[in-house]
Amino acid sequence: MNDSVRTSFRERHAALSEQLADRFSDKGCQVISQLGEVTMVIPSEHLIPVAMELRDAEDFMFKELIDVCGVDYSGYGQSEWVTTSASGTGFGRGVEAGRAARDDHPTDFASVYHLLSVANNLRLRLRVYLDSEQPMVDSVVDVWRGADWFERESFDLYGILYNGHSDLRRILTDYGFTGHPFRKDFPLEGHVELRFDQEKNRVVYEPVTIDSRTLVPRVIREDNRYLQPDSDEQDVADA
Amino acid sequence: MPEIRNYTLNFGPQHPAAHGVLRLVLEMDGEVIERADPHIGLLHRATEKLAESKPYAQSIPYMDRLDYMSMMCNEHAYVRAIEKLIGVEVPIRAQYIRTLFDEITRILNHLLWLGTHGLDVGAMTMFLYCFREREDLMDCYEAVTGARMHAAYYRPGGVYRDLPDEMPKYEPNEFRSDADIARKNETREGSLLDFIDAFTERFPGLVDEYETLLTDNRIWKQRTVGIGVVSTERALQLGFSGPMLRGSGHAWDLRKKQTYAAYDKVDFDIPVGQNGDCYDRYLVRVEELRQSNRIVKQCVDWLRANPGPVIADDHKVAVPNRADMKDDMEALIHHFKLFTEGFCPPPGEVYAAVEAPKGEFGCYVISDGANKPYRLKLRAPGFAHLSAMDEMVKGHMLADVVAVIGTMDVVFGEIDR
Repeated sequence: MNDSVRTSFRERHAALSEQLADRFSDKGCQVISQLGEVTMVIPSEHLIPVAMELRDAEDFMFKELIDVCGVDYSGYGQSEWVTTSASGTGFGRGVEAGRAARDDHPTDFASVYHLLSVANNLRLRLRVYLDSEQPMVDSVVDVWRGADWFERESFDLYGILYNGHSDLRRILTDYGFTGHPFRKDFPLEGHVELRFDQEKNRVVYEPVTIDSRTLVPRVIREDNRYLQPDSDEQDVADA
Repeated sequence: MPEIRNYTLNFGPQHPAAHGVLRLVLEMDGEVIERADPHIGLLHRATEKLAESKPYAQSIPYMDRLDYMSMMCNEHAYVRAIEKLIGVEVPIRAQYIRTLFDEITRILNHLLWLGTHGLDVGAMTMFLYCFREREDLMDCYEAVTGARMHAAYYRPGGVYRDLPDEMPKYEPNEFRSDADIARKNETREGSLLDFIDAFTERFPGLVDEYETLLTDNRIWKQRTVGIGVVSTERALQLGFSGPMLRGSGHAWDLRKKQTYAAYDKVDFDIPVGQNGDCYDRYLVRVEELRQSNRIVKQCVDWLRANPGPVIADDHKVAVPNRADMKDDMEALIHHFKLFTEGFCPPPGEVYAAVEAPKGEFGCYVISDGANKPYRLKLRAPGFAHLSAMDEMVKGHMLADVVAVIGTMDVVFGEIDR
């Protein structure tokens, strides 16, 4: 039974990706199928009409919004530990900043939506690429009420503005927090730390005293088990 | 006539009925709630950002600390996402062990929920009863992982180790009589599976006990019937899942609809509510206790009859056997690589969800081919549920807020992440 459930799940999603391509390709939407999951990239100006159609059209019925999240692609494909050459003293390794990101993603920011259709038992992911300088997109709160807090979270952590959201306040970070902590240029240890000051008898904020450290460097291995047949021109230096 | 104005009431974050660190700002018209504004984030630890800075396997213990009442279910979503990304096959015995422990976790979670929800609404006894059974189940956790709560037991490709053949026993001590200790050790003579089996035998009777205390209890019904009503349509619109959605009358359960682990090989039913109020959600969860017990029983029977490997043979992901490392150079290399660098999944993105006790717990991973996730997003069911707080309590009395918080089964580890 397990296999049959999984195959039919796959088949339904293959059919879904065809339907989506048929219906929305004229709006500039791009459908990607990967690992049995369907992703549709939508130009930001078409998000609301497409979302409405996905929610209400008989073939889709995506009545439930599972999740909204922001993504910062600015460091995508950057490795901290690049092996370029071997010498008598070892490998030319080290943290090498500013290595050009791969051009898989057109802009730095994206807003990603996960939809669920309980009527047709389908899942769909929508991705909207946003401007790198001023990320802004229309809010889907009027399409799915449940988007409210998810969009607030994405605003809080990534600074993505959701146009038309009635209550776009910070949600997870502290009252009076500055910056958007999940952006790649925000350090993991943060900028300020706080403690209770006995003399002033209140909580005080101070610059952080801990240093950032990398215990395990970030490495990207181009594993030949995962290489696609058409990508023969891979950089062999890392292999 | 004097001017009557609404006033604002601060509830929490240190209120015992706030289930952790929930701060509610309530706008009141007399005793009636006009608007509820939950302030969350007091337990925000940036788990997702932390996960971006360490190899995949090192984030598994963080998952336990998200929804710290259903530890293994969180791990399950995370390891499933990684498995999907890499494409590693999980051995069948590991699938059953995961099913077994997911259901034990569900019973643990629902017992805590039942106890604390009862306590909030005024039924003190429930709390004591439920914690008695939780103790037995946490002993199962301890026997298999060494930790009572934060297990870190699941691994990409299977589980850390097989179930133990021996159940730890109570030792003689000066605080308890020998007869008492012998009684406590009665079910601990055999293996872990024997102990769980004995538990499944007595548990339905215990659920009956809880039900005698609450189901027809007049005060319980007065506090829960007709409180926090959500229609099916509205529940979908608000992003509800799990018992919150089933309580509103929609038979949606990922274990059946988008099956994973060994849930398609075990027999169980999905309970559904009718009215979508707190009482129906209570009934749904109590029935889930019984159904989980059924699943546990079936898993125990299967696991007894079918020994086998509990982790995948693929040493690019799973750690090789310790004994092999002593004379097999390749095993030693794999071990070294896994612990110094970790594994690198192919570039791509996946979303994997499990039916956690509270609802759909999802894990969205973006990989750029590195040994660390590029982006990890955890979809916590409680986050969506709590966002509907305003809608659910509007027009209710102040005391009903406590009942609604209870029925949502909120845990701040997962909401604040």
